[in-house]
Amino acid sequence: MDLNFSADEERFRSEVRAFVAAELPASIRDKVLGHKRLEREDFLSWVRILNTRGWVAPSWPRRFGGQEWDPARELIFEEECALAGAPPVLSFGPRMVAPVIMAFGTEAQQEYFLPRILSGEHWWCQGYSEPGAGSDLASLMTRAERRGETYVVNGQKTWTTLAQHANWIFCLVRTSSEGRPQSGISFLLIDMKSPGITVRPIVMLDGGHEINEVWFNDVEVPLANRIGEENKGWTYAKFLLGHERVSNATLGLSKRALRELKAITAGTPAGGGSALLEIARFRDRIAEAEIDLMALEVLALRVIAMDRERHAPGPEASLLKLRGSQIQQTLSELAMEALGPYAPLHQPQALAADWTGPLAGPSDGIGITARYFNHRKVSIYAGSNEIQRNIIARHMLGL
Amino acid sequence: MNFAFTEEQIQLRATLRRFLTQTYTLERRRAIARTGSGYDPAIWQQFAELGILGLAIPESLGGIGGDAFDAMVVMEELGRSLVLEPYLSTALVAAGVLARAGRAQHQPLLRAVATGEIRLAFAHEERDSRWRLDAVTTRAVRESGGWVLEGHKSMVADGAGAHYLVTSARAASGLCLFVLPGALEGMTRRAVATHDGSSVAEIELAGVRAPAEALLGPEGGGLPLIEAASDVAIAGLCAEAVGAMDALLALTLEYVKNRKQFGVPIGSFQALQHRMADMLLHAELARSMSYLASAKLEVSDVTERRRAISAAKFLVGRSARFVGQEAVQLHGGMGVSDEVATSHYFKRLTLINASFGDMGHHLERFGSMMAA
Repeated sequence: MDLNFSADEERFRSEVRAFVAAELPASIRDKVLGHKRLEREDFLSWVRILNTRGWVAPSWPRRFGGQEWDPARELIFEEECALAGAPPVLSFGPRMVAPVIMAFGTEAQQEYFLPRILSGEHWWCQGYSEPGAGSDLASLMTRAERRGETYVVNGQKTWTTLAQHANWIFCLVRTSSEGRPQSGISFLLIDMKSPGITVRPIVMLDGGHEINEVWFNDVEVPLANRIGEENKGWTYAKFLLGHERVSNATLGLSKRALRELKAITAGTPAGGGSALLEIARFRDRIAEAEIDLMALEVLALRVIAMDRERHAPGPEASLLKLRGSQIQQTLSELAMEALGPYAPLHQPQALAADWTGPLAGPSDGIGITARYFNHRKVSIYAGSNEIQRNIIARHMLGL
Repeated sequence: MNFAFTEEQIQLRATLRRFLTQTYTLERRRAIARTGSGYDPAIWQQFAELGILGLAIPESLGGIGGDAFDAMVVMEELGRSLVLEPYLSTALVAAGVLARAGRAQHQPLLRAVATGEIRLAFAHEERDSRWRLDAVTTRAVRESGGWVLEGHKSMVADGAGAHYLVTSARAASGLCLFVLPGALEGMTRRAVATHDGSSVAEIELAGVRAPAEALLGPEGGGLPLIEAASDVAIAGLCAEAVGAMDALLALTLEYVKNRKQFGVPIGSFQALQHRMADMLLHAELARSMSYLASAKLEVSDVTERRRAISAAKFLVGRSARFVGQEAVQLHGGMGVSDEVATSHYFKRLTLINASFGDMGHHLERFGSMMAA
């Protein structure tokens, strides 16, 4: 047993660190670390920079333009990027729709779509959830009817992350009402510019706009944009869910949040001349979060090793999602509490990168309370924590 | 990165588990507990034959010279079978200190530990120390070529039955460790039962005389040895807790699958399924930290080692409390009876938290090393 990264992996970490330090534009880094609002172009510039190194989707097979990194390298890469303040590479293209296209798409689909994910030309969003289909995804109602060489799609998707930026959406649609709900679903790739698509913002509790409703009104989709067979979409969607792995632990983001929390509390007066970090009652809670993060990291590395051993992903990813989201929420809660009397301030104008106007409260408090509110989402999306517990109970405990 | 056990470790685990599953039944354990000693000579002799008593002892002295992960494997299995015998205190903690100190005059003791002839205890804590490693008030004074010890030791695991006590005391030069025979003039040892069926000793040292050779390690420089002993104990307790949690989880799982209410197994209720999912999560987090504690036992960076040890003891303690309490709750009335193993696991897990620093102690220690 050896819990250390290999010398090779440590070299790789240095290489990533050097690359990010040299190539990540300071303007983007400052926005990320300062909780400023990221524009579409910020995400895309980083994708284009990564693409010069072939690092947009480094776990892909080489024949599709990837580097065939193993999960340990992916974890190191994500951690280094997060700590350095790089914007996230969104999963929807590289990690979600791409593996499905690789496994079940036609050669033409692979040749057309995969390079455009790497270049950033296509920004993908995910059309799964509907107003009546959340955790019970298979009850979805958006219909696709065949008319000659096209499907005509009608219905509504919701909670669609960053659909306002996306030019493509992968959708689960109902193509049959026969049999079990799961057996009448197809997997379609839809151009967001198609006539009949309307995107409406959903304002979140923090005041931000990152999720949307996507409406389909007689939207025509070529048959050629269906993945695999008609009515087999559920199988492909399940395959996709199996690909959500160690990144669910969000180790890099939580390490960054912990570092930030320590910096904030070290500089926050607790009254009476002490810094908040020196107050045992508060320090204990930071210490507990840090210990939780240490344990989650070892667990994540163990899950990587288990997957490697059996050459297949197992249900343990649910442990990582469950715990990773709890830690993210704890850290965002502690940061808000550290602001003390300034926690209530809502100054969205200061989220703009070029804001130079007056500001109340500590300068490192911008966006902290908003993040607390926003992060309630992390135990809800990508399979709520209750769904994760169902998976653990069924597949790990046999209940 | 490698989480695989060696062939030898897999073999060791299998052999030990087979032996304990067959021999160390709950009934046998009850009988051992009734003796008040927490010790069965026949079991101890089997431990010697399996080689595990010499785990921390070099091969040249009749041991097997195992590493921290070997010790972890053994402690997990002892935890899984709720073993009362004072394996940790003798074979890992006290023998570990002797081996580490490397004094020639103590080599025969190590040989005798490996063969099972003698047991050692680590007599360090005192009534007012509350796990602080340097809070030692027992005095050691040089006198006519030897030492005189005056003071007391408290909560010493196997302290009444052990043949030798590795005892800490404060000399003019600083903290020292001495190896004392268990029966000396001026020493009184009183065994006190603990809730898990084991016992500890309260020891009074009233003008106890020891020869110069009793000194272990550098005079006045005993603290690093004491800390190393505490670290070994903590890694061992973490592994023991992991084994106990594994067994308790399995027991609880079996119970909720078989116990029927309202015409169905209670394990079909989502409220219970989710609680069991959380128990599994906490047990796996504890296992992860137990691995980390064993991995960091020998690292030279003191802060890195202390952080890992305290983090592990805290987290394992918290998981042990959670898994233990939940297991009792899910067993309903059965969980609070003495009849089933559940309550015995729960009690042992609870007591582990109070040994070598509880959650609060280690959270404070970890926090004090926290860099911004």
